[in-house]
Amino acid sequence: MSPVSGRKHWIILLVITVVVLAGAGSYAAIAFQRFQDSRSAASAVSVASGRALPAAPFVLFRNTAPGQGYGMAGTVPLEEPAGQRLLASEACDRVYGTSRNVVCLKTNRGLVTNFEAVLLNREWQPNSRWALPGMPSRTRMSADGSLVSTTVFVTGHSYGASGFSTETSISRTDGGAGTGNLEAFALIVNGAHVTAADRNIWGVTFVLGDADVFYATAASSGRIWLVKGSISAKTLTAIHDGVECPSVSPDGTRVAYKMNIGTPVAAHWKIAILDLASGNETVLAEARSIDDQIEWLDDGILLYGVPRDGAEGDSDIWQIRADPSARASLFIEHAWSPSVVR
Amino acid sequence: MYISVSDRNGGKKDAHPAVSDPAARRRAFRLSPVILWLGIVSMFTDVSSESVSAVLPLYITGFLGLSAIAFGILDGINQGASAIVRIAAGWAADRSGHPKRIALAGYGLSMVARVGFLFAGGFWALTAIVTGDRIGKGIRTAPRDALITVSAQPEYLARHFGVHRMLDNIGAAGGPLLAFFILMLIPNGYSTLFVVSLAFAVIGVAALALLVPNLKTGTPAGPAPGRRPGQVFVFRWSLLKEPGLGRLLLAAGLLGLLTVGDGFIYLVLQDRDSFAVQWFPLLYVGTNVIFLILAIPLGRLADRWGKAKVFVAGHVALLLCYLLAAAPLGGFGATLACLVLLGAFYAATDGVLAALASQLTPPEKLATGIGAAQTVVALSRMAASAGFGVLWFTLGPSTAMVVVGGCLAVAVPAALLILRAGMRQRHEA
Repeated sequence: MSPVSGRKHWIILLVITVVVLAGAGSYAAIAFQRFQDSRSAASAVSVASGRALPAAPFVLFRNTAPGQGYGMAGTVPLEEPAGQRLLASEACDRVYGTSRNVVCLKTNRGLVTNFEAVLLNREWQPNSRWALPGMPSRTRMSADGSLVSTTVFVTGHSYGASGFSTETSISRTDGGAGTGNLEAFALIVNGAHVTAADRNIWGVTFVLGDADVFYATAASSGRIWLVKGSISAKTLTAIHDGVECPSVSPDGTRVAYKMNIGTPVAAHWKIAILDLASGNETVLAEARSIDDQIEWLDDGILLYGVPRDGAEGDSDIWQIRADPSARASLFIEHAWSPSVVR
Repeated sequence: MYISVSDRNGGKKDAHPAVSDPAARRRAFRLSPVILWLGIVSMFTDVSSESVSAVLPLYITGFLGLSAIAFGILDGINQGASAIVRIAAGWAADRSGHPKRIALAGYGLSMVARVGFLFAGGFWALTAIVTGDRIGKGIRTAPRDALITVSAQPEYLARHFGVHRMLDNIGAAGGPLLAFFILMLIPNGYSTLFVVSLAFAVIGVAALALLVPNLKTGTPAGPAPGRRPGQVFVFRWSLLKEPGLGRLLLAAGLLGLLTVGDGFIYLVLQDRDSFAVQWFPLLYVGTNVIFLILAIPLGRLADRWGKAKVFVAGHVALLLCYLLAAAPLGGFGATLACLVLLGAFYAATDGVLAALASQLTPPEKLATGIGAAQTVVALSRMAASAGFGVLWFTLGPSTAMVVVGGCLAVAVPAALLILRAGMRQRHEA
């Protein structure tokens, strides 16, 4: 490289660097401005700030309406789901609750992004909080508010690290010892213990009136089971195949869940209902792929979140009758993570 | 002695003749501008790739809403592809005699993959992009390390690699911080992040194309005599049967089989300690910071004390890290000590392995030799992670760590013996 061409190359590099950085910088500045504008704008829906949980029955959810209050936990009366939202000042990725307390899984963004679970009382004051080992995925609370389950995605921090797995545990809201990672429970399939290394547990659902039993999803070696768990015996017993993210109906007779009819890599999840007594499966007519843990509005209607097409970070809560011929309809617009509090 | 690989930048011998000690009558260390630029290219490229890697899981599951487990499966395939193309790219670099062209192709492929992030929506598109990025990384590594070798003063080879790895890791530590900074300002600002990442990749590729000279490696005589057409893509394993290199591959493979992924060490630390859970993202950055701090000092040590010794000693640091992670200790001090040991392990092994491989390889097979060593290490570490996953569940995290640590304690002296014999062979050859 001659000195002349060397200088020329230097100048070209300088020009490229300046142009590229200026381009990326202005893109970032515009995106930041647009974000600021959207967050300070009035909310797309009617909102008010709520100092405490309303009287039951109500629906608790994550507000995803663009504008002020985006991402905050909110409530609407059960009879008026499209009505004014009472928003807390707590931002949650996932939220679930009872008439007395609320669990909120959140991402604390910063130079060090971390994740935590916060337990709030009915005045939205934090009672306790604990760090989560990954991105919030699912959470549930038992109807008496004594048990909280959390599922997170544990990730490596580059694509070179250990890949994805889930971490699911059950905690006691009175501060007592929880289960720790449910992967440590004995997984029993057809009477035999599964000891394979790649066991994953996710999507716990509690049973009304039983403080020991829960249902969850267990997976190993490409197979997926609905498991019935016992906190005291530290066991997970497989009772059905292909059930993901179960949700027990209020009357305790059925489990609603998502069922993958695609491939493990390109999943398409249908909503299905399992009758626990007979083992009969009913697949619903919802055509979209549903990646959520179903919530029962009552013994006949299911709720679930669906991301909005073309609207980043926005979603809606839909409802569908627990009937193979039923069609879905909107329940709460611009919302996510429904929790029905009776 | 093959150590005299090339001395293109050694024209100014004894530029600092003030050294009076006859035992130290070596040339003074002069950092080659080529290596400085290669380091800066790597720094920009690593900011670009690590910023995206750090938030990719968040993006895929939290934002795109895609299946996380499926991603885990494909992740393994990508790593395998990256490991295998390394040796092929090294071979291509030797064949052409112009490693820069091959390196540029690798950096360029990763840059093009970054453009894809701006438009990708579905899982398959994303998989193709990530695979392209990884293959680009696989392609560029061995030719780039060959360029470092031919640009460095031979007696300061490991130190030059240390300089490069330091700059490289400034990028690797800075990338995730940049990514989280952007997402802190704009919570769903993934497209902004991808644009910024692309900008850094473009600068890296431009710096490589414009400022790194197209150095030739190998024999200047051109294509080997007797090369028949149609034989161009025939890879000959005999290339690897160099005295010394084979033993290095054996030792590196043996140690690699006992090197479980960082992810597992971080998980063990989290398992016993809520501190590590809270600061999980910093574990990765912290390891890279230690790596970049120690890269030059350990490179200098390798030049003076012996590259093979430092390479093996790095695994002693890893062994101590395992034991510390398995010990029933908690808190900030123990976690930090683990990160220091892990960072020291990388600083003592990453650049030093490339230096060692290039020292043991004849010039016309330089990139192939480096690529072979890196492929062996990458594949054996993949196997180690898979195997450790099984141990983890059958024995529990702490016991599994102790078992692997025990095997490593046996493998370290064995590797030292293998390498010593290799060095002796080399001197006789």
